[in-house]
Amino acid sequence: MSVAVKLTNVVKRFGELEVLKGVSFEINSGEVVALIGQSGSGKSTALRCINQLETIQGGSIEVCGHRVEDPKLDVRALRRDIGMVFQSYNLFPHMTVAQNIMLALRRVKGMRKDEAYEVAKPVLAKVGLSEKIDSYPEQLSGGQQQRVAIARSLAMQPKVMLFDEVTSALDPKLTGEVLRVMEDLARGGMTMIVVTHEMGFAKRAANRVIYMHTGKVWETGGADILSNPQTPELKEFMAEEL
Amino acid sequence: MFGAFSTNHLIYLLDGLLWTVILSALAFLLGGIAGFFVMLARISRFRWLRRVALVYIQIVQGTPLLIQMFILYFGLGVFGISVPPLAAAGLGMMVYTSSYLGEIWRGAVGSIAKTQFEAAECLGLTRWQALQDVILPQALKIATPPTVGFLVQLVKNTSLASVVGFLELTRAAQVINNSLFQPFLVFGVAAFFYFCVCYPLSAWSRSLERKLNVGRR
Ligand SMILES: Nc1ncnc2c1ncn2[C@@H]1O[C@H](COP(=O)(O)OP(=O)(O)OP(=O)(O)O)[C@@H](O)[C@H]1O
Ligand SMILES: [Mg+2]
Repeated sequence: MSVAVKLTNVVKRFGELEVLKGVSFEINSGEVVALIGQSGSGKSTALRCINQLETIQGGSIEVCGHRVEDPKLDVRALRRDIGMVFQSYNLFPHMTVAQNIMLALRRVKGMRKDEAYEVAKPVLAKVGLSEKIDSYPEQLSGGQQQRVAIARSLAMQPKVMLFDEVTSALDPKLTGEVLRVMEDLARGGMTMIVVTHEMGFAKRAANRVIYMHTGKVWETGGADILSNPQTPELKEFMAEEL
Repeated sequence: MFGAFSTNHLIYLLDGLLWTVILSALAFLLGGIAGFFVMLARISRFRWLRRVALVYIQIVQGTPLLIQMFILYFGLGVFGISVPPLAAAGLGMMVYTSSYLGEIWRGAVGSIAKTQFEAAECLGLTRWQALQDVILPQALKIATPPTVGFLVQLVKNTSLASVVGFLELTRAAQVINNSLFQPFLVFGVAAFFYFCVCYPLSAWSRSLERKLNVGRR
């Protein structure tokens, strides 16, 4: 199995504040990894470093052959290989669902409008929203918006998908519909790093769990560490989550 | 000893009004283009460029437009560069406009959430593409009412161009009054002309603002 994402001793500081204190982990192609931990433990920051939304101060990150910390890195090539979905959906409000999905296909992949549309249709069907293709984001529920955001990322055929608490803003019913899409994706062999507080999802879909604590990888293992934590910190964290 | 206000005077004033409108349009067009670059500089990734733009804005907004026009008209004259009134006035108004519009537009761009930029960049768009397709279309809506509002200030401030001998509405009124000595009448008519241009603009600006607020609800 090939390594898709590899972090080695990654250090990230915001001014004086050291947020990642030597984080290392490896994710194989096709693997689904749940990244969990208390608020402020550095989960989002770790994800953002992976696609260079943040620059790192130490260590190295390798994603599908790209050296992320290399000053000569082709950032756009890196981001073509990575899809990212945010808690706040971040759909473009002035564009329809179709336009949201087609924008990068046209601007980044240089497709014609009709080609892009032919790509948009099946990915939208995949997230179960074919009939919303001409809607504007504000006409959709939160769960639907998030599924569109996932479709928008998928349309670019990334090799790795990053999810940052994508269901945290949703009520339980809508959470379910988004998680189902993600579980489908996981079964389809997508490489995924999922920051989540949904322990149910982690147990069902994750091959591996990484528990971060105070800017470090504290404990890692199969989904069974959730029911059988080794460190007192994870034990306490799990107790809080229930 | 007072002459009568005649149709000729009215035509003279209307001609002045025409030049006021021309000067405003010129300043708005050129100042708008320059202002766009000021806005780009203000949101640049390069700190030095942001600084330069900020200093430019502070100097322009921190000094009277009248003085800027004097500098352009008389100051350059000292160096043997003769500046025709239209150029001095146009250039002065353009600089003035660019700094204000640049700042209004930067505010509008800044009001679009940073996450919109990030979402676009995560999809592989360049910063420029993200600006073009994602940020500017949204910022445009927000920026339009204050931009039109600024246009009202601009039209009124073209009256300052009279001091460099540019024959616009205010100057035309001065010339007529110098022979008629009927300041209430002459300047009253001039004021009415200004109002006819400015009032529809500010009404439009207000209605745009209302529409925008409704759209956001
Ligand atoms: N842009 C920034 N500037 C300064 N500090 C930041 C910035 N982004 C994050 N931090 C700090 O870094 C730390 C880790 O933040 P991060 O968002 O990675 O945590 P998290 O694990 O994702 O938490 P949560 O579960 O609340 O999302 C926090 O203390 C946060 O305040
Ligand atoms: Mg977070």
